[in-house]
Amino acid sequence: MNRARVILGIFLVAVLAVSLTSETYLAGKLAYYYDVLITIGINVILAVSLNLVNGYTGQFSLGHAGFMAVGAYAAGSWSNHLDPLIEGVLGGAGNPLATNAALVVSMLFGGLLAALAGLLVGIPSLRLREDYLAIVTLGFGEIIRTAILNTDFLGAARGLSVSGNYTNLFWTYGLAGICVYTVLALVNSTYGRGFLTVRDDEVAAEAMGINTTRYKVQAFVVASFFAGIAGALYGHFKAFLTPEGFNFFRSVDVVVMVILGGMGSTLGVILAAFLLTVLPEGLRALAHTTFMPPHLQGLLENRLIVYSLLLIVLMLTRPQGLFGDPSAVKRRLTRPKP
Amino acid sequence: MTPLLELRRCTIRFGGLTAVANFDMAIGPGELVGLIGPNGAGKTTVFNLVTGVYQPTAGDVLFQGKPLRGLKPFAITARGIARTFQNIRLFPSLTVFDNVRAAFNLHLTHGPTHAWLRGPKFRAEEAEIEAKAIDLLKIFNLDVHREVMCKSLPYGDQRRLEIVRALATGPKLLLLDEPAAGMNPTEKGGLMHLIEFIRERFDISILLVEHDMRVVMGICRRIYVLDHGVSIAEGAPGEIRRNPKVIEAYLGEEPGGGKD
Repeated sequence: MNRARVILGIFLVAVLAVSLTSETYLAGKLAYYYDVLITIGINVILAVSLNLVNGYTGQFSLGHAGFMAVGAYAAGSWSNHLDPLIEGVLGGAGNPLATNAALVVSMLFGGLLAALAGLLVGIPSLRLREDYLAIVTLGFGEIIRTAILNTDFLGAARGLSVSGNYTNLFWTYGLAGICVYTVLALVNSTYGRGFLTVRDDEVAAEAMGINTTRYKVQAFVVASFFAGIAGALYGHFKAFLTPEGFNFFRSVDVVVMVILGGMGSTLGVILAAFLLTVLPEGLRALAHTTFMPPHLQGLLENRLIVYSLLLIVLMLTRPQGLFGDPSAVKRRLTRPKP
Repeated sequence: MTPLLELRRCTIRFGGLTAVANFDMAIGPGELVGLIGPNGAGKTTVFNLVTGVYQPTAGDVLFQGKPLRGLKPFAITARGIARTFQNIRLFPSLTVFDNVRAAFNLHLTHGPTHAWLRGPKFRAEEAEIEAKAIDLLKIFNLDVHREVMCKSLPYGDQRRLEIVRALATGPKLLLLDEPAAGMNPTEKGGLMHLIEFIRERFDISILLVEHDMRVVMGICRRIYVLDHGVSIAEGAPGEIRRNPKVIEAYLGEEPGGGKD
């Protein structure tokens, strides 16, 4: 698996090269495509990290948007209050060193705070299984959203302007690469087989000396950390946050990516994150072509309808997801109860 | 000498039902002990008491002289008690090799950070575990199937793989829950040899819960008999076979004189 580190290194260098050479051009001339590109990167981070919990560890979290919100708001308010300090030390506003440093520091802050939230939510709630866990995590996401909505410090319902839209291709795709590497490196080791044993059979895993609670909490914390990072990137990209951006449907979007890609398949989930980000955009473009009858336009523009259709078709024809393990579905349906 | 495992007047009640009452048992180092009883006698409950799945309502379970009360199942396995399950519980999405590898988890000296960094320490330990797992699989002639998904193994091999996986945790006491279930007479013969072999090769104690009298009588030196959660007999196979209480428990009461 040292190969993985080499691949990650090459990937990071490539992303850096693209970022250095064409970032300004893309962001200026092809702003729309640039927007989609960054969104894909953020969604990859969200989906791949959630896959560690929902796919590899077999838990069912519906609160990913909540952790994303924690990261986004934490990083955003950090930047609003502490960026001048960093810029002062590192050569003033607008200096690339200062903006990148400010982004990294605020991202780390957002990620760590989200991880802390993951730990606090995870320890009590991961004693629950499946649908019960789903309800608790769903509740958590809603609590976060409602809390922000009522916190004046975070802009409440007015939303929060984030100073500095620092997010660039390098950090978005660099962190997506690191997220993918992290999940794969964790899972593909003797240690990481523990995540899979928790999914397969908790009772047997415990009997083999595997501390299932610790694994579940770890998966949760790592996933929350990356959700926080994704949130921070999102905040520094849009430069404006509203609580509604992190509602239940945002969580569902990510869960759909994981299910569509195939739970426990990182490659499939990356592909699904890409597809489900591009698809609505493509449909919108299609809807606005001149030959499209007007009554179809509305249908095509509504991505929820397409989402649902796509999911129904997929679940009927390929219940294991694009790249999922077919036996995993049967297992889920026939999982032994303790 | 202190026994390896000792149950002292263990009782467990589920609501109004007393599943096991005042059960005493002692297993010495290197002993192969059988636990038998008719269906629903509480044999598996005893297993679950020892492995921490249930906590006794009263009484104590001691391992190497130390009480196990309050320990979670994984912590008990870490102390040196491994088990198999009556209905095979392998990790279905993992290969044969990974099933065994996962059981080495317990003795890992590296954690997630090392797995992430993939440094020399991590690689050395992974190589060591791989070698150990392959060695174990070789002993049981399963190494040829190492990359096979465990669910596609034949039934008998799955049973053996489950035993290999339990041995990978490095136990001092191995609990086998009905290992002969679903086996034909030839396979049962092989299993008896296998159990004897494991005890000698790994120098461990074995507690065997079994339905099949022939298997238990054939290899165990000492047998405990449970009926309705109560210990009704204890002794060598010969004594157990002649014990009227045991016969009654298994075959029912002898019909009285005049009645048919």
